Amino acid sequence: MNTATLGYQAAGRTRGRYGFRTVARMEWQKLRTVRSTWSIVAVFAAAMISLAVLALGHENYAQLSAAGRASFDPASNAFLGLVPSQLLLGVLGVLAITTEFSSGAIRATFAAAPRRRLVLAAKAAVLGAVTLAAGEISAFAAFSAGQAALKAPAPHATLGQPGALRAVVLAGAYPALIALIGLGIGAIIRHTAGAICALVGLVFLLPLLFAPLSPSIQNTAQKFLPDLMRNSLTAVRPVAHMLSPWPTFGLLCAYALVALAAGAWTLDRRDA
Amino acid sequence: MIEARGLVKYYRSMLAVDHLSFDVRPGTVTGFLGPNGAGKSTTMRMIMGLDRPDAGQARIGGKSYGDLRWPLREVGALLDAKAFHPGRTARAHLTALAASNAIGRQRVEEVLASTGIEKAADRRAGTFSLGMSQRLGIAAALLGDPGVLLLDEPVNGLDPEGIRWIRTLLRSLAAQGRTVLVSSHLISEMAHTADALVVIGQGRLLAQTTVAQLSARGTSLEGAFFQLTEGATDYSGRL
Repeated sequence: MNTATLGYQAAGRTRGRYGFRTVARMEWQKLRTVRSTWSIVAVFAAAMISLAVLALGHENYAQLSAAGRASFDPASNAFLGLVPSQLLLGVLGVLAITTEFSSGAIRATFAAAPRRRLVLAAKAAVLGAVTLAAGEISAFAAFSAGQAALKAPAPHATLGQPGALRAVVLAGAYPALIALIGLGIGAIIRHTAGAICALVGLVFLLPLLFAPLSPSIQNTAQKFLPDLMRNSLTAVRPVAHMLSPWPTFGLLCAYALVALAAGAWTLDRRDA
Repeated sequence: MIEARGLVKYYRSMLAVDHLSFDVRPGTVTGFLGPNGAGKSTTMRMIMGLDRPDAGQARIGGKSYGDLRWPLREVGALLDAKAFHPGRTARAHLTALAASNAIGRQRVEEVLASTGIEKAADRRAGTFSLGMSQRLGIAAALLGDPGVLLLDEPVNGLDPEGIRWIRTLLRSLAAQGRTVLVSSHLISEMAHTADALVVIGQGRLLAQTTVAQLSARGTSLEGAFFQLTEGATDYSGRL
């Protein structure tokens, strides 16, 4: 910028350019300064821990059949809380962008940072970091609280067991991926209610559609449906008809990337 | 300097802006006038790169908006008074915007003070009246101390003191050599603030003129304006 083109000499710095770092700082400021972010995270953590205590504290291991004992997985059962609370972080992801569209703040955002794919990437990075931290802390807390609540003679899980640490880490990462999928859906649909419906449909209703179908179709489908893939991530004992944990995790990451890429594509093409 | 060249915008099949070209020069306040639905806001959104023109282009200091290196330091805009998250405080809203363009926190305090909302800075912006929201929007526009300002109906909702304040502010910004484009549907308001005028109706340019030239055309400035926009008004009531 020079005086000839604008007729005004800006006093500030003119070298460099806004970019991922500055936009991520804006997005962190935005996420941090609305109450709903922290109330959602608090309810998420409370649900994770209390449902772990509920599930394992009421486990009646002595009454289980031999088959029930053989398949009893004290690690995976500590993550009952993920079933409802994955939606909380998913909604956080949706709200991170749909509230900007409903209020008109998206125009202020895009005026400050016109490269929209960069804005979405910065949003995803900040949201991903916050939800991953919330997910991991809650997963480790739920795991410990659940094992503490589990009564003898039931076998307890410890982090030293093969696969247990992986189960806890992936249990914490899973809701962060749902949040990123929520952000992508929010960028595509733009309306809070519509985007939340789409997210609920994807997570909870899609598996129901497969319920009346033949077992062979169901067994294939559950390898690829997000809420059912969760069972593979958190299991220490291998689950039948599931991809193993890391490929399942890789596939979920791919889903999140596809949702965000579709969101970026839509943001670029539609008027703000 | 803002240059609009052959801007065209359709909403579905409705033509909102029709081959619109004009220049906005630095050093004066330029009024952007037209009846309701004339395409003023759409044109401003196209200049800001928010809406994509179906044809033509808009340039700011020779660059399209998307190529600006520090957008908020080069262009400040008030497009929509309520363009903030209602749950965020005024200070948090401005601090977030400032961060995106590496603008210091000190500047946030300066614009809060200069727009007169520092006492309300820690209130959730959703509780603001329209006038307070306008002030917050103007604070955001001034944040980067930009050389170009675009303000869409900035006097809406302001009290008389606020209206006088914004007139003085816009004139002094222009006197510093900045480019200032202010839209309004009130010719009388523009007479107090603007020197240059861009008048549009039904998306077309009706005149690129000055307040002095326009008032010389008719018995009154208002009369001349109605003459100009006659036949280019979409929404009119009957008497």
